[in-house]
Amino acid sequence: MAEHLNEYILDLPAQPEAIAQLTPGSIVFLNGIVYTAREGVYECVLNDGKKLPDNLAEISNVNFHCSPAAAPRNDGSYDIGGVTATASFRFSKYLAQWLDLTNTKIIIGKGGMPRDDYKNILAPRGAVYLTTVGYGTGALLGRGVKGVKDVLWMDELGIAQAMWMFEVENFGPFLVDSDLQGNSLFAEQGDLVNQNIEGLYKGLKQPTLQRYGETDDRKDELL
Amino acid sequence: MINLETVESAGYEIMKKAAIDIPADYLGGIKEVQKAETNTLSGYVIKTMVDNYEAATEDRRPMCADTGLPRYYIKIGDDAPLSGGFTGIERALRSATARATLDVPLRPNRVHPLWRTEHNNNVGINAPEMEWSFEPDADWVDITTVHKGGLFGTDYRMLFPGDGIDGIKRFYLDTLISFGKRGLCCQPAIVGVGIGGSKDTCMQLGKQAACLRSVGNRNPDKKIAKLEMELKEIGNGIGMGPMGFVGSSMVVDCHIEVGFTHTGGMPVSVHTFCLSSRRATARIHASGEIEYRTDPQWFTPYMRRETVEWPST
Repeated sequence: MAEHLNEYILDLPAQPEAIAQLTPGSIVFLNGIVYTAREGVYECVLNDGKKLPDNLAEISNVNFHCSPAAAPRNDGSYDIGGVTATASFRFSKYLAQWLDLTNTKIIIGKGGMPRDDYKNILAPRGAVYLTTVGYGTGALLGRGVKGVKDVLWMDELGIAQAMWMFEVENFGPFLVDSDLQGNSLFAEQGDLVNQNIEGLYKGLKQPTLQRYGETDDRKDELL
Repeated sequence: MINLETVESAGYEIMKKAAIDIPADYLGGIKEVQKAETNTLSGYVIKTMVDNYEAATEDRRPMCADTGLPRYYIKIGDDAPLSGGFTGIERALRSATARATLDVPLRPNRVHPLWRTEHNNNVGINAPEMEWSFEPDADWVDITTVHKGGLFGTDYRMLFPGDGIDGIKRFYLDTLISFGKRGLCCQPAIVGVGIGGSKDTCMQLGKQAACLRSVGNRNPDKKIAKLEMELKEIGNGIGMGPMGFVGSSMVVDCHIEVGFTHTGGMPVSVHTFCLSSRRATARIHASGEIEYRTDPQWFTPYMRRETVEWPST
């Protein structure tokens, strides 16, 4: 890993050439509009047939896996406090259909997608994955949210699951996980960490009572 | 006199403090692991987290948008002059939770587990949790809140005496590795280990060990204290840092709590209190005056007593 991490600033909606230059492990800040969608939105659009705004990709092609710490104000506006991502791997089953439907090109979340998704789903659609940093940077990201352009389905889904359209400025930092070739920072780093794992168990005997489980290979990821 | 208005306002204030201000002991601990971290990526993540704590305090906004499952730990002195009764305290703290959720704001995380319905105020069936404890020779009430995310980083296993310390180490490694990959447990964390008790006590002790003891605090049993240090070292020797990147920053501190258990068993639980280790305590004195701190001082000698009698004056 280089001593210095590259840094990029992207204007949204993100253009193909801007996305193409991103390499795993680079730092990214965003300007423009970012929308939130997680299981609540995916279910109600993909399964219940709710209609998205017609020109969503022109408004935003960035899907943030996020529930804000937000509260409604009396004048109908919102107080956005902290903003952080939720674990993305749980949304893998919606990913391909969602990208096709919305033309979204950047997914932002926590912890990346299952390994196969980068090469099979994201890269072929010209899309990349950015991860939030450390996962708890709620205050830094909250600072980057300058306003709420719109909120969809607040009544049905509640604050945590509604579709928020955030107007953002200098919104970040994020780290590039995957690129357009389907390489992934999490996969690469995970492989390096795995080289050390077997040795940690050396000399520690197995417990008397075993457990049923899907894997005993500690190199496996459980997502 | 300690009245319910005071309890409500103390509960509200600690909700706010916990969500916004990182406890000094945890910040000190994170700066120690930061010094030892030689990996560029892991170092960058920790530096960003430290920037985030500063931004939260400066802006008075929550440090993490997942404000967890806000809950309370209450310790009541035998001589505390309470008015309004115990259910009154519960009512006041439920009100403080709802008010703080709107004002801070906290994310209204609490939903019905089956119907996913919510009140947008973090209050509902069996929520927020309130755990009660008591203290001899004291006339105050301590109220602690903890905001901890709940999806990843905790596990339980029934081990047996013959599995020994090896068994504990294996299970500890299993938990940190499985949830450390991709950083799902938001390490570096304060790791709590519960050993013994019945299954539910074991979980409770481990959780309290993670959330209610400050960084640097050691178990009074010297052999357990030594095991705490050893487990900390083992965790940081996995070769994993924040977000599951290569690094040495997994465990800020390790705390072990024990409870007498069934003669045939050795239940163990492991809990990780994340990068945003959020806790705050209010002590309400008999006069009604409120003092705030970040060290819950939950595990008093009385809490860890092993005798029938307790010498009380």
